[in-house]
Amino acid sequence: MTLPDTGLEARITPTPSAAARRRPAWHPATVVAVSPETPNARRIVLDVPTWPGNDPGQHLDLRLTAEDGYQASRSYSIASSGDATSVVLAVDRVEDGEVSPFLVDAVEVGDALEVHGPLGGWFVWRPGVSDRPVQLVAGGSGIVPLAAIAGAHADAGDPAPFRLLYAVRTPEDVFFRSELARAEAAGVDTTIVYSRRAPDGAAVPAGRLTREALAAAVFPPDTGALVYVCGSTPFVEQVLRWLGELGHDTTDVRAERFGGS
Amino acid sequence: MTVLDGNALAGALTEVLGVDPTTTLLRCSGCGALGALGRTRVHASPMGSVARCGGCGTVLVTVVDAPGRRWVGLPGARAVAAMA
Repeated sequence: MTLPDTGLEARITPTPSAAARRRPAWHPATVVAVSPETPNARRIVLDVPTWPGNDPGQHLDLRLTAEDGYQASRSYSIASSGDATSVVLAVDRVEDGEVSPFLVDAVEVGDALEVHGPLGGWFVWRPGVSDRPVQLVAGGSGIVPLAAIAGAHADAGDPAPFRLLYAVRTPEDVFFRSELARAEAAGVDTTIVYSRRAPDGAAVPAGRLTREALAAAVFPPDTGALVYVCGSTPFVEQVLRWLGELGHDTTDVRAERFGGS
Repeated sequence: MTVLDGNALAGALTEVLGVDPTTTLLRCSGCGALGALGRTRVHASPMGSVARCGGCGTVLVTVVDAPGRRWVGLPGARAVAAMA
């Protein structure tokens, strides 16, 4: 019997489940550092004494409790990985959001939060598991989990070929500038596409990402690259459509869409 | 209504089921397709979330938050399998 090609089929990779190694749980966390990441986003470093560590690409749920007991929780990708009990987040302000304005504008060193994690075994890459080339495609703050993956690749001296395509509005909107430069120095072939304003002297003028620019920057389909795409829902859907048109097996692409909150 | 991925259900499902199910394979009861929960499309609203089969649209998983409890349903998953 042949099953219909529905797009739901997943290629099963023999990677051990992250959940088997690091069981998710709620953990108390303390904010130990905050710094501006971009004009619209903030880097937040949490100390989580009971954190079991996390794989590159995983996320956590962050819960805020107001004085009246009201609770709100949201998912955030983790920019760090490994066994450390410090966890790095970078949060973009969503103007009418409920949680992100608090995290970007109001949270301070010493504040207590709760985090649930590490979460997700799907949008994860681990060094040394496979020699497949890896293509990372980020839109805006979708760079966060991909920065963790690129950083883990660089730190491990992993031999898999890596490329990063990063779409941002302006040079000031680039997250993790020094971390990405370090990954690039370690061999991550990096292309940044600026949609609104490019740096002075840039060879390519500012403009929205196109299918042609995507095709020029990413590994061709015949390389068998494992593709990770993270960004807003419209960005991810557009990139997936183009990857399919360019001949990539989109049933094998790992995508992480985020809504606004 | 926000469209997300099965990844987004990891936290809620872990709380109810005790394991992270995003790499769990689900067999769609509508069309028989087999795929990882992490790559389904999830439609999220303030009422809750549903994960649908990419092939036929069958609702595979539902998550609804009610006061004091969280409900998880697997209405369209005929079988589940863990990746070894």
